[in-house]
Amino acid sequence: MNALRVFWLSWVLNLRLLSQSLFFVLISVFQPVIFASIAFYMWRAGGREGTLLYVSIGAGLMGMWSATLFGSGGLIVWQRWQRTLELLVAAPPRFVVTMLPFTVATASLGLYSMVATLAWGRLLFDVPLHFEHPLMFAVAVAVTVLGLGVLGLVFASTFVFYRHANAFSNVLEYPVWLASGVLVPVSLLPAFVEPLSWVLAPTWGVRAMRDAAFGGDPLPELAACVALTLVYFGLAWVGAANFERLARKHATLSLT
Amino acid sequence: MARVFVVGGVISYRALFNWVRPLSYATSMLGIPVTQLLFFAYLGRFTGLRDDEFYVVGNAVQATAMGGVFAMTMTVGNERQFGTLGPLLASPANRAALFLGRSLPVVLNALFVAAVVFMAGLLLLDFSLPAGQIPALLLVVVVTASATTGLGLLLGAIGLRAREVIFAGNLVYFVMLLVCGVNVPLDVLPQWLEWVGRSLPLTHGLEAARRVVDGASLTDVGGLLWTEAAIGAAYAAAGFVLFRLLELEGRRHAVLDTY
Repeated sequence: MNALRVFWLSWVLNLRLLSQSLFFVLISVFQPVIFASIAFYMWRAGGREGTLLYVSIGAGLMGMWSATLFGSGGLIVWQRWQRTLELLVAAPPRFVVTMLPFTVATASLGLYSMVATLAWGRLLFDVPLHFEHPLMFAVAVAVTVLGLGVLGLVFASTFVFYRHANAFSNVLEYPVWLASGVLVPVSLLPAFVEPLSWVLAPTWGVRAMRDAAFGGDPLPELAACVALTLVYFGLAWVGAANFERLARKHATLSLT
Repeated sequence: MARVFVVGGVISYRALFNWVRPLSYATSMLGIPVTQLLFFAYLGRFTGLRDDEFYVVGNAVQATAMGGVFAMTMTVGNERQFGTLGPLLASPANRAALFLGRSLPVVLNALFVAAVVFMAGLLLLDFSLPAGQIPALLLVVVVTASATTGLGLLLGAIGLRAREVIFAGNLVYFVMLLVCGVNVPLDVLPQWLEWVGRSLPLTHGLEAARRVVDGASLTDVGGLLWTEAAIGAAYAAAGFVLFRLLELEGRRHAVLDTY
């Protein structure tokens, strides 16, 4: 079966399923909007110079990360609970190809975050929605979604080995927001954080979005995001293959 | 009744609190509040709004809300999900003891979580706490944690009928983060949002905590503490009344175990 067709159909189905989950509506719409509001008020009251569009973009990306983290981290566990994991593993395409549209769908939910924070900022905080390079901004958002989706694939294929992997998901939200510089520049953080930020797709994604919005050159950041995405895919390929091999060998596929 | 209150409360906490496993507890109840503190403290430094002390006190006291809101939502609402609601309500146990006993371990847990976040502030940020203020701060945290537990009781009671009450718990938690003065001073918010914040638990307790850290005595913050306690008691009373109403309605229409 054509891999692109598998990806498209699975991505659409999962996006529609996730869009009906109250939990994912919360983390992809309400949570980013509330965090954006907090940041807006802090920005204004602190007298920080600069446009609030900076905050909107950062808050939107925060929502993207939350959706990816919680959606992808529990992906395989949920498939196991629903008794559909065996079907996915037994399907003709490679398991990593089967999972990829799932994780990209969770990252795609982040599009709701971006739209919600931009609209919320415009309506309630008079955020000027002026983009220097609107097409490049859209490309930056799409590349970031893909990068986050594949990073989610790494989580999905790694966390599956730990029964209580959601415990790791819970604690990665704020640190990645900080390390990626979505709202706070990495230069303000302790020095050891900067090298960590280089290996996170959100770092390059938010920089590309800002460059596209404020008139810089987003191409180098986009290239970095794409390169990281390829590295993530390699890691996920190895992780998923390892999971599949071990699960078949030990007959533990359906065990919780 | 005392046994229902104490033993029943502890057992329900261990059985129904989703984060009771050590790793889940460490990441959810300790990791999230500490990383939240660091995020907002650095955001505060970047925006130039208030010093580290503001965010340490705000997020440490707000951490008690995590336990108060989520724990009570789980330990009451989860009875229905796990199919133990029917036997529970069929028992002759005093409802007040049954209900309120679940809040005791939550308050104790909240104290521990707040202490960890304060420690993180001391070690990682520019924050200091006079040792002489610790007893007063302890009392403020206990009162605030108890008050947020009252709100959690109300949400938990809603969970007797609502299917995804954890959604409501999460939403309330995030709203409290915005309107209760945790990271945004109340005078920065629009008037209507400030009113919302002042009608919720946590707001007055947090204000008392900040004054205590700045050197105020318990006498100085007594009014705030009584207000916090009264708000928490009102939510707890509303939660208890709602619990009883939903219980009676559930018995009448045989919907106690529907999910």
